[in-house]
Amino acid sequence: MLRPGNWIAAGDRGSAWFLGVLALVAVAVPILNLVPPPSSALHLSTYGITLIGKYLCFGMLALSLDLIWGYCGILSLGHAAFFSLGGYAMGMYLMRQIGPRGVYGDPVLPDFMVFLNWKSLPWFWYGFNHFPIALLMMGLAPGLLGLVFGWFAFRSRVTGVYFSIITQALTYALMLAFFRNDMGFGGNNGFTDFKDILGFDLHSDKTRVVLLAVTAAALAASYMACRLIVESRAGRVLRAIRDAESRTRFLGYPVESFKLWLFVFSAVIAGIAGALYVPQIGIINPSEFAPINSIEAVIWVAVGGRGTLYGAIAGAVLVNYAKTYLTGAFPEVWLYALGALFVLVTLFLPRGIIGLVTAPDKDK
Amino acid sequence: MSGKAKLRDKRLYLEDLTVSFDGFKALNDLSLYVDPGELLCIIGPNGAGKTTMMDVVTGKTRPDSGTAWFGQDIDLLRLSEAEIVGAGIGRKFQKPTVFEQLTVFENLELALAGSRSFLKALRARISPAQQGRIDEILEIVGLSKERGLPARVLSHGQKQWLEIGMLLMQDPELLLVDEPVAGMTPQEIERTAELLLSLEGEHSIVVVEHDMHFVRSIARRVTVLHEGQVIAEGDMDKVQKDPRVIEVYLGV
Amino acid sequence: MKDPSWGGLCLLVLLALGTPVPLRAQSPNDASFLSTLGELREATYSDKAAIVRRLSQSGHSSVRAVLTALMDDRLYFRNSDQKIFIVKAADDDPLNLIDPLSLKSAGPAAADGLTKIGTNNALRREVRETVARFALSSPDVAVRLDAVREISRLLDEANVALLRERLRVETNSSVRKEIATSLAMAELDGPDPRARLKAVDTLRQSLGQDVRNRLALLLDKNPDGGFVESDEKVRRAAAAAVATIDGWRAFYSGIQTLFFGLSLGSVLVLIAIGLAITFGVMGVINMAHGELMMLGAYTTYGVQALMPGHVGASILLAIPAAFIVAGLTGVAMERTIIQHLYGRPLETLLATFGVSLILQQSVRSIFTALNRSVVTPDWMSGSLRLNDALEITYNHLYVVIFTLIVFFLILVIFKRTRIGLEIRAVSQNRAMAKAMGIRTEWVDAMTFGLGSGIAGVAGVALSQLTNVGPNLGQSYIVDSFLVVVFGGVGNLWGSLLGGMGMGIANKLLEPYAGAVLAKIFVLVALILFIQVRPRGLFPQAGRAAEDK
Repeated sequence: MLRPGNWIAAGDRGSAWFLGVLALVAVAVPILNLVPPPSSALHLSTYGITLIGKYLCFGMLALSLDLIWGYCGILSLGHAAFFSLGGYAMGMYLMRQIGPRGVYGDPVLPDFMVFLNWKSLPWFWYGFNHFPIALLMMGLAPGLLGLVFGWFAFRSRVTGVYFSIITQALTYALMLAFFRNDMGFGGNNGFTDFKDILGFDLHSDKTRVVLLAVTAAALAASYMACRLIVESRAGRVLRAIRDAESRTRFLGYPVESFKLWLFVFSAVIAGIAGALYVPQIGIINPSEFAPINSIEAVIWVAVGGRGTLYGAIAGAVLVNYAKTYLTGAFPEVWLYALGALFVLVTLFLPRGIIGLVTAPDKDK
Repeated sequence: MSGKAKLRDKRLYLEDLTVSFDGFKALNDLSLYVDPGELLCIIGPNGAGKTTMMDVVTGKTRPDSGTAWFGQDIDLLRLSEAEIVGAGIGRKFQKPTVFEQLTVFENLELALAGSRSFLKALRARISPAQQGRIDEILEIVGLSKERGLPARVLSHGQKQWLEIGMLLMQDPELLLVDEPVAGMTPQEIERTAELLLSLEGEHSIVVVEHDMHFVRSIARRVTVLHEGQVIAEGDMDKVQKDPRVIEVYLGV
Repeated sequence: MKDPSWGGLCLLVLLALGTPVPLRAQSPNDASFLSTLGELREATYSDKAAIVRRLSQSGHSSVRAVLTALMDDRLYFRNSDQKIFIVKAADDDPLNLIDPLSLKSAGPAAADGLTKIGTNNALRREVRETVARFALSSPDVAVRLDAVREISRLLDEANVALLRERLRVETNSSVRKEIATSLAMAELDGPDPRARLKAVDTLRQSLGQDVRNRLALLLDKNPDGGFVESDEKVRRAAAAAVATIDGWRAFYSGIQTLFFGLSLGSVLVLIAIGLAITFGVMGVINMAHGELMMLGAYTTYGVQALMPGHVGASILLAIPAAFIVAGLTGVAMERTIIQHLYGRPLETLLATFGVSLILQQSVRSIFTALNRSVVTPDWMSGSLRLNDALEITYNHLYVVIFTLIVFFLILVIFKRTRIGLEIRAVSQNRAMAKAMGIRTEWVDAMTFGLGSGIAGVAGVALSQLTNVGPNLGQSYIVDSFLVVVFGGVGNLWGSLLGGMGMGIANKLLEPYAGAVLAKIFVLVALILFIQVRPRGLFPQAGRAAEDK
């Protein structure tokens, strides 16, 4: 029997679990890294921190995708674009922080501009030496792109597969654009060789640990924000749009604006995820825009279980952990394993891995 | 009806509507009026233009020519689908479309009158008055016991009623109901007839239906469409005697 | 599904390509040619000149090759038996010998067992002239044309005389025209203004860049301030001629751009057309489409590896082979995975993406991750020269023709065959088709197999245009989906026009924006286009389309 509001309760249980694990990670990881000596078996290496930080960022990207796909049926195959834009905004800040420590020693111009023989900073680089401005742009750039793109697409009622394919075209076009040196974003090589963030050395373990904690906090915050949205009446409208779009329209809901705001919000989360990703990984380049990355993110959500939020995050972490492990242990078979995983999950676990854990909500 | 509306005024004016798809005229110079509080039944063979007529009224399809006015001063052709709903026209589709994954209660909650904006919906809470309204509608459509069930588990007839309930939540002045009893059991049909008759007077209702028994049981006035035009109008007996109607539809 | 006559056709082509040219029997002419050639071994430079003249008068078919080799220092004799050989390239080690009579390979030989037949500048000039004159009198028009162009590079007195001499006997109009142009170019340096004016008039009809530049030179000023061309009338005529030539060249370069656009468009159509079936007709978001093309490309590589030495035939044979390999892979995919996912397009995306990873890794395991080189047959390299301003490369031309053939074959399959009828029936109304006794499951498998097979065929074409590697498929997947969506899902003609349109737009933009920016513009334009017409160029009409 399913009582009214039962699904909320189930969601809350999942949320509690999820936030608990996240808090544990945020506490345990710094301790394991900083307290035991490097020789100890309990010691967590810097590499391990970087990996966990990467998984959490991917988890955030998956969260942003699940919000629109799982709850509103909008499948974006271009979310890597938002992730990368956020990453580039952070990258620009980090590049400006290098200052005269670059190879060419120019106090203002990043190395690649000196290399290209540019004499002055392009206008869109102004202000990125100030963290608050850069921070604003990490959300604003992906948000604006989402707003403009979404406004066009939703207003014209581009839906389903058509929408998915033009989002793919969007990120593909951006990738090509960022590959160009003329764009002023470092061309092929993108940004790398970062030195410090807010004055803290990016290579020190302490900074790494703090970055990880910040990522965990950002993931928790965006998770709760998403949870609030999907459990409000707006969330029910979104699910109504997902299941019967034109019916929702005939109830008088401005479907396009619901979709648009959700899409923009999702783009901003993806952007922040990208911004947190860059200082931990230490590089951002145009290949982050590759359509394949967006598709992979969709796969994480599907594997984890869409329409649950925490499922998407779990999927991102699990698939990426499997990827890390298999690439290292069995470089020959990891693509087979990953490919087979996607096929099997689609065929046998339409609700994803989370569907195995939580009780299926049976009819009556 | 508000006191402002003059008694002789019509609720809906459709005049000279023409809609064509790839040369095929779904509506051909159609003119049709609905009185306030009236229960009008529209019948006609497949392809007569019944659904297209509803599409035009609800803004889903734009006519090639003609006018559609809601009351004296609302030009429907200038409004978006959402605005038309806001103006007080509700529609029940041919295929029952309720939100399968939401509960019966949530289905009705989404149909509550009020602001439809995203930001408002984020913070919306159900007031006691709204709670009472939902309970009342649940009572009217006979789904009080099923309030907590996801809509997908309802029977076909129950889904139809839920959808009518959702329309009623919006308190529309004009209700467009497309084939409400298709696929219903005789008992369900009877209940539906009662339901529609109980709404007559308070709302203008346009019912499109194939089931002649059902139409006979509820209709005062019947309009027959054929090839996008009105070919007969009047009470059921008069319509059934009309030779053109017999020829194209009743076919006896 | 395959028409049996196809196989027969392939076999015929195979035979035609594989049959060796019949060997000529050694004629008495050969003996005297060889003995004259032998004299070169010990002759002085001046004697060698006489020998060269005698050789050229022998009329032997190898004269040109032998003399060219002499001129390039590639004529040797073998120390052991004093036999003369041409070597393929002078810096090979060991040297690759070529028999001077048959011009066939005579195997390798160590460089120290051979002695080069020496030349000096005077002799080489003599030989060059002889070769040119010899070529000028060749029965082959193309050889004569090449000879005229070669000679025209250096318009000294001797060469001008040579051309004049030929003009008197030349009958072919295009060769005559080429000679006239060269002579007119030489004439421009002459002392007589009237002759120069006439020369300009002749040159006006040319399209060559060199002619245009030569004429433009007349309008320049010398360092001393005077015009290069002293006569004002000639200058005016030259200016007009330059303008005319520029006009024509712009026109032809426009045609060329259009052609390149068509060719790029053909590639786009080719990569999309299989998807137009699997995605357009069946609604499967087939992310493995690119990998099916990759399979086709690897099949080409495999067929080529199995039949070394028959490049042309291997490519033709690869077409049906790729169709079968990719088609069977497609049928297997459909039977095991996709048939469980109909009506859930987004799920097919996930599953087929999984398949694409598996296929990629499979070729990586079998062929390694390195790119494989697929050889291009001779008849695909080079270009078709229509005039001095318009040259069309054969591979571009063939891809257009190939695409059109594939497209119309598919059209015929859809419109004229039983299976085509059944495919259309199932895609329009599955339940009804089933009721009519059509085995819908079989039709599904065949449809998916057909689309996949065509992807494989596209892979054969791609193997000629790009690197064959495990990532080949990925680079085309976005483009192929865009073409289908742009054209209108489920509409083959839409895919054809959509792909061609995209290709042409891309090439038209390229001169102004550069290749990458042009591509970005096209992508953005497509995104905007979808806003205006969310269902593509040719949307499916009617109620059925709305229900989807």
